[in-house]
Amino acid sequence: MKILVCISKTPDTTSKISFVNNGKEFNSEGIQYIMNPYDEWYALVRAVELKEKNGGSVTVINVGDVSSEIVIRKALAIGADEAIRVDVVPESSLQVAKEIAAHAAGYDLVLTGKETIDYNGAEVGAMLAELLDLPYVSFAFKLEKEGEDWLVSREVEGGTETLKVGGPIVLSAAKGMAEQRIPNMQGIMMAKKKPLNVVASIGAEKGSVVASHEMPPAKSGVKMIAPDDMDTLVKLLHEEAKVI
Amino acid sequence: MSHGNGGQKSVKTDQYSHHDYYKIDDLLSEEHLMARDAVQQWVKSEVSPIIEDYANRAACPTHLFKGLAEIGAFGPSLPTEYGGGGMDEIAYGVIMQELERGDSGIRSMASVQGSLVMYPIYKFGTEEQKRKYLPKLGNGDFIGCFGLTEPDFGSNPSGMATNIVDDGDSYILNGSKMWITNSPLADLAVVWAKDQNGDIRGMVVEKDSKGFSAPEIHGKWSLRASITGELVFEDVRVPKSQVFPEVKGLKGPLSCLSKARYGIAWGAMGAALDCYDSALRYSLERVQFDRPIGGFQLTQKKLAEMITEITKAQLLSWRLGVLANAGKATPAQISMAKRNNVNMALTIAREARQIHGGMGITNEYPVMRHMMNLETVLTYEGTHDIHLLITGMDVTGLNAFK
Ligand SMILES: Cc1cc2nc3c(=O)[nH]c(=O)nc-3n(C[C@H](O)[C@H](O)[C@H](O)COP(=O)(O)OP(=O)(O)OC[C@H]3O[C@@H](n4cnc5c(N)ncnc54)[C@H](O)[C@@H]3O)c2cc1C
Repeated sequence: MKILVCISKTPDTTSKISFVNNGKEFNSEGIQYIMNPYDEWYALVRAVELKEKNGGSVTVINVGDVSSEIVIRKALAIGADEAIRVDVVPESSLQVAKEIAAHAAGYDLVLTGKETIDYNGAEVGAMLAELLDLPYVSFAFKLEKEGEDWLVSREVEGGTETLKVGGPIVLSAAKGMAEQRIPNMQGIMMAKKKPLNVVASIGAEKGSVVASHEMPPAKSGVKMIAPDDMDTLVKLLHEEAKVI
Repeated sequence: MSHGNGGQKSVKTDQYSHHDYYKIDDLLSEEHLMARDAVQQWVKSEVSPIIEDYANRAACPTHLFKGLAEIGAFGPSLPTEYGGGGMDEIAYGVIMQELERGDSGIRSMASVQGSLVMYPIYKFGTEEQKRKYLPKLGNGDFIGCFGLTEPDFGSNPSGMATNIVDDGDSYILNGSKMWITNSPLADLAVVWAKDQNGDIRGMVVEKDSKGFSAPEIHGKWSLRASITGELVFEDVRVPKSQVFPEVKGLKGPLSCLSKARYGIAWGAMGAALDCYDSALRYSLERVQFDRPIGGFQLTQKKLAEMITEITKAQLLSWRLGVLANAGKATPAQISMAKRNNVNMALTIAREARQIHGGMGITNEYPVMRHMMNLETVLTYEGTHDIHLLITGMDVTGLNAFK
């Protein structure tokens, strides 16, 4: 079984977010990057578990410059067998999907995280499935191999749905698919020896460009209302918070 | 002391992130950074949620021995064929730093196992001893301890009274050891004792040897999550095959101590970083006189001095690591780093405690625990003053010990 896992780097959740160049560019000064948690804890770990159970190999692919390599090495330390880095800075989901699609033929399973925790696009998986002409299941929290088929459970409004899908598929992984795995020192040492192939970009079109980013208004302080002053509370909830 | 699981989990999440004022990370390899992140992640998920409770109850989280083994914290710089990690000395350092960022007691569990038990067996043991013990120590099946200190001989181990007497295929071991980390739990002890010629010899003594016991020492206000005990030997028969064949004299135990002290120099930075991290965050959140206390000059003086001292210690440790990788770090250089960094960490813990005000004395914050732990770290593996005398002797050539 050959599995491809798409991984990206995202700012650490404790990062202070700001933009430069008139809001067009993310300010990466002082930012610590991590592997996107949906890619790491769910997609990658599940892929490694499936490999350990059924045999085969796990390849990770990242579209990004050399600064992504520490995240890629971590994926290798967790248990991927080899890595591909497409050497171009990602700027849109379409571009990323097209760059990945150029290397994604011949896999039995292609996994992405359900979204990245920075831009929350949740687009690359679906675009990739379209480009590869494969079935797509989004937001899957359970994935099992059953004979020649995949048994996939996903979240739907108010409940869950389990699908049976045959043949190669593209799937986006949500919370629950696997538990986090911390690479151990042996894995870290082995990762150094695993192949990390850097390939040139195919120059995929971006489709869209960022016009600007805007930060949400700073949170205002908490307003304290006396317990017996229901009228003011209702008035504020209605007129200011606009929730009732 | 009670053991094992079943403690209360803290609901607070550990928000720590690494501080690198001088971009020293640029001097580290990908492997060092990955090792640091992995151990930090492990500490956040396995240590931080439980440590306050275990320390409060003076209970040893014994289940973490297996976890420490799995992550690869036992003997990371020993060769892989003997249960180690095959990493370099800087990787070993950052692993100790991250463990002690969690708790000095957890770091002690790993220091003793890796540097004081696995290392001497690797360095001085016979091939048979290595094959018998190292893989099982590396994977946490065996817990080891290191017996050098005695009730009457602490800073002066060369005076030790514990002794062995030749008796055919074995030696008969008598004496006692004091303040031994992990001893009540240990499956085996690396013991240093004098032979009939007065030479210090090292040997591996197994737990179930007749006449051997390891009672626990109670009432510690420091390293409360680490278990400490005695080793008592009453006519214990130790087969000659259990003795390290070549090494004689104090250089045996001292070479292990150099290895462990090196790890402590890095480890202490972890405790300091955690105290600084907590104090910095608290100073920005806590408002008095209508402004965050971090805005007052007196708080800034404390924080600025903390990060300055941490940065100096980081550079010192990094350089020591480079020397150690080249096999050129002298015991005296290691002494200087151990002494400086532990004292730095203890000073920072005390200042950080003040910044937290009354909250700083509770287990809502890690600082008081670190502070109490560091009192042990200041004393064990050579006291603060003994390391000063080592530096003094190194620069003057004159011995001020006796
Ligand atoms: C929690 C804990 C865990 C430990 N774990 C271990 C372990 O696993 N294995 C092990 O073998 N040991 C262990 N130790 C023992 C530790 O290494 C000793 O406590 C330490 O070496 C000091 O010895 P001592 O306590 O006998 O103090 P002493 O040697 O009696 O020292 C008392 C004071 O006198 C000072 N002093 C002594 N000689 C001189 C001198 N010549 N000049 C100036 N000042 C001097 C010292 O600096 C110190 O301030 C542990 C200790 C603790 C507290």
